[in-house]
Amino acid sequence: MDSVTTIAIVSIITAGFTTGIGTMFPALSEGKAVVSALQSVAQQPDAAPTITRTLFVGLAMIESTAIYCFVLSMILVFANPFWNHIIAQ
Amino acid sequence: MKLSPDQTVFWEYGFFSLNLTIVTTWGIMLLLVVSAALITRRLKTDMRISRWQCFLEMVVTGINQQIREVGLKHPEQYIGFIGTMFLFIAMANLLIILPWYEPPTGSLSTTAALAISVLFAVPFFGIEKSGFVGYLKSYIKPTVIMLPFNIIGEISRTVALTIRLFGNIMSGGLIVAVLLSIAPFIFPVIMTALGLLTGMVQAYIFSILATVYIAAAVQDSKKKSTITKLKEVQNG
Repeated sequence: MDSVTTIAIVSIITAGFTTGIGTMFPALSEGKAVVSALQSVAQQPDAAPTITRTLFVGLAMIESTAIYCFVLSMILVFANPFWNHIIAQ
Repeated sequence: MKLSPDQTVFWEYGFFSLNLTIVTTWGIMLLLVVSAALITRRLKTDMRISRWQCFLEMVVTGINQQIREVGLKHPEQYIGFIGTMFLFIAMANLLIILPWYEPPTGSLSTTAALAISVLFAVPFFGIEKSGFVGYLKSYIKPTVIMLPFNIIGEISRTVALTIRLFGNIMSGGLIVAVLLSIAPFIFPVIMTALGLLTGMVQAYIFSILATVYIAAAVQDSKKKSTITKLKEVQNG
């Protein structure tokens, strides 16, 4: 098995694991955030605009970790620097 | 597979290359400026105003309201920056309903430019509010030990703004492109509709985060000035 094949196998498997694990935990925590925001809105409907805005900002913060993992796996699949290095040699 | 509209190059001379990102960015800028100039050419204060003036007033009032709710007392100072940013990103993301259109926000260079302008706008508004020294003092709060962390935070939130907008828009385009090869009839339409929602939410998030950062820079100094005023009152 030459180095190109090794790099391809490792990159693809790592990309899959990166997106898989990296979206699992942000999804769980976003669910928790939405649950507590909905409970707060149900208790205090007057504060709904403030809670919604804070929820959106927080969701964006949480979601950016998942987006980092996604961008990383996209780099690994489509623009792999190690692969390009080996090919250029 | 093309990851970003940067790779569609129309014309190249030396280090300058005219790619799809630049063309669509200037197209959107032209669209926004020309439509705003046409609408605001005949503004009226009668009971009956034109439809477009009503729409524009709703937009401006809504953005002002959002900025005020975050905690900036005079949104008129900041709407020129924040409102323009929101309208540009929202327009860039909403135009995906046009055929053969690729959103310029799906390119890392556009989002990096927007985030860097936020990076420079925060000290600009902070210095405008509290002076140069007063703004620099906000870096050594609460103690001097926090100085490197404040600087790292400033840089990392710029990177986070860049990657968040880029990743969301790029992933939307990529999913549609992948689905086109698997199930080309119904699902891409649904995913494009979802992309409209994501694009609006991301434009809102980007501008609200810029507002929060500016508000933090402005309010830090203001709180300090009220504390010093209180001290002066106590001493005097």
